[in-house]
Amino acid sequence: MATRLVWVQLGGDLMFSGFMVNAWQAGTIVAVVAGIVGFFVVLRGSAFPAHAIPNGAFAGAAGANLIGINPLIGLGVFSLGAALGIGGLSRRGRPDAVTALALVMMLALGAAFLSQSTQYEPEIFSLLFGEILGVSTSQILPVGVLGIVSVACVTVLYRRLLLTSIAPEMAAARGLRPQSIDTAFLIVVAMATTMTVPVVGALLIFTLMIGPPAAARCFTNRTERALALSVAFALVTVWLAIACSYKTNWPVGFFVSAFSTTFFLAGRLFRALRARRSVYPISSVTALARSQG
Amino acid sequence: MHTLIEPGFFGSAPVHVALVIGAVTAIVSAVVGVFAVIRSQSFAGHALTDVATTGGSGAFYLGISPLLGFIGGGVIGAGAMDLVGVQRVRSRDIATGVVLGSASGLAALFLYLDTTQSATTGATQQILFGSIFTIDPSTIPLVVILSVVTLVAVALIYRPLLISSFSAELAQARGINARVIGLIFMVAMAVSVGLSSIAVGSILSTALLIGPPATSVRLVTHVRSAVIVASVIGVVTAWLGILFAYDSYYWIPSTQGLPVSFFIVALIFLCYLVSGLSAVRRSIEWLRASFGSSSAAT
Repeated sequence: MATRLVWVQLGGDLMFSGFMVNAWQAGTIVAVVAGIVGFFVVLRGSAFPAHAIPNGAFAGAAGANLIGINPLIGLGVFSLGAALGIGGLSRRGRPDAVTALALVMMLALGAAFLSQSTQYEPEIFSLLFGEILGVSTSQILPVGVLGIVSVACVTVLYRRLLLTSIAPEMAAARGLRPQSIDTAFLIVVAMATTMTVPVVGALLIFTLMIGPPAAARCFTNRTERALALSVAFALVTVWLAIACSYKTNWPVGFFVSAFSTTFFLAGRLFRALRARRSVYPISSVTALARSQG
Repeated sequence: MHTLIEPGFFGSAPVHVALVIGAVTAIVSAVVGVFAVIRSQSFAGHALTDVATTGGSGAFYLGISPLLGFIGGGVIGAGAMDLVGVQRVRSRDIATGVVLGSASGLAALFLYLDTTQSATTGATQQILFGSIFTIDPSTIPLVVILSVVTLVAVALIYRPLLISSFSAELAQARGINARVIGLIFMVAMAVSVGLSSIAVGSILSTALLIGPPATSVRLVTHVRSAVIVASVIGVVTAWLGILFAYDSYYWIPSTQGLPVSFFIVALIFLCYLVSGLSAVRRSIEWLRASFGSSSAAT
């Protein structure tokens, strides 16, 4: 009885009905994908490409809007172009400078597209900061499909991603080309981005790909456990954020970043309180190599 | 009849302001940017513009000077990145990402509050993209003073910054506190990007910070010459971009022309790509020269 009263007080009946169902579904898919893909973003230290691809991709939506095609096509073309451009140019230049240049070039194109169309302005906010409470039923299926494809790609690349991130020398000895793996991984990030940007926004997907996985790595040294924790933290972050956003009407991006930062700080506190250990003990690397060979 | 310089370019007051601010920003960004590129801190340099934007939107909401907001946000962000772990190379980008993520969340909140409570439309676009043609001339003195302060700060820590950027061991042997130097540099970079993002928008801020320096370090080997080459590239691209943007009002009569940021960024990107080509040509030439001299010696 008492729990029922609390439920009604919190607006539980409305929170899980109608358009809110879409928000919960889309949020859950995005959290799982971000938790998994983000784990490797953090492991490989590729936070900058993970920021550049979604942010630059939104310019693609502006371009598609200008020539009157589906924004998803623009997002897809731009995020894939960003992934290939960063991967390709990084072979001959400094990766971080190349990423910065690719990002500003896409944003500048976005600014040019926006200057030519007049009715676009309000959509900038939602593409950057997300409009998860306004997700339509037709958006769920593409998000789900691309989410499954991204996770499938990560599963296929799993061993190679781990080996090139943790023990690059050993990966080279086994004939893995780190730059090809890098480009393949950036394409996965681009796929995870394309569908999630119109749903949750470019800034939010980045926050989800960094905060929860970085927090998870503070709590455990085991790869599988950290991956599971990363997904769990991302889920809790998104669910709490949707609930808070529903209650307060504030943007969901604010709550996502607030909760994932809280997880990260808790992780750092946990690690500081425990005796310091090396993040990847040598035994786990040799075990990985053994299972590979 | 189109000419290279459309009529009225040199007579227009907004163009004068744009040319001055463009040159000042380009030079400060080039000096700070060469170190950002050498130290592989492009991500921090870009993230600081977004963090500064958060400060700007917060100031917008609170009704205080946006310039103070931009710079305050940037300096707090630089301190936070250092605290989370910017000094360790392995965790540096993640630390930057965490700070950037939380700043973005705050920016979302501030912009939401701005647009819903004070009914100011266009705040998002103004803060993100800025416009070099709509700068208030009264901000020029402040921009110039803060630019000089940044340049002096970099000049004061030039040697230790250079040494700690290239070799942590050497810096330690010389008794340089690399962390303090790194923090001073981050704060200088925060002031610089805060300034440039309020003047020219956050896109151009990152473009001027990273583009010309990344191009110049491919062309020359000495840091001093890299700073000079980067400044020249920055100023030339900024001025050409302003000229093209002004002319573009005449190219496409039906619309309002193309934004300055588009032209400047496109020129900077082009410079970077071309420098890659010439680097290839130069290295081939160098190989030929060295082989030629060795064969001449024997």
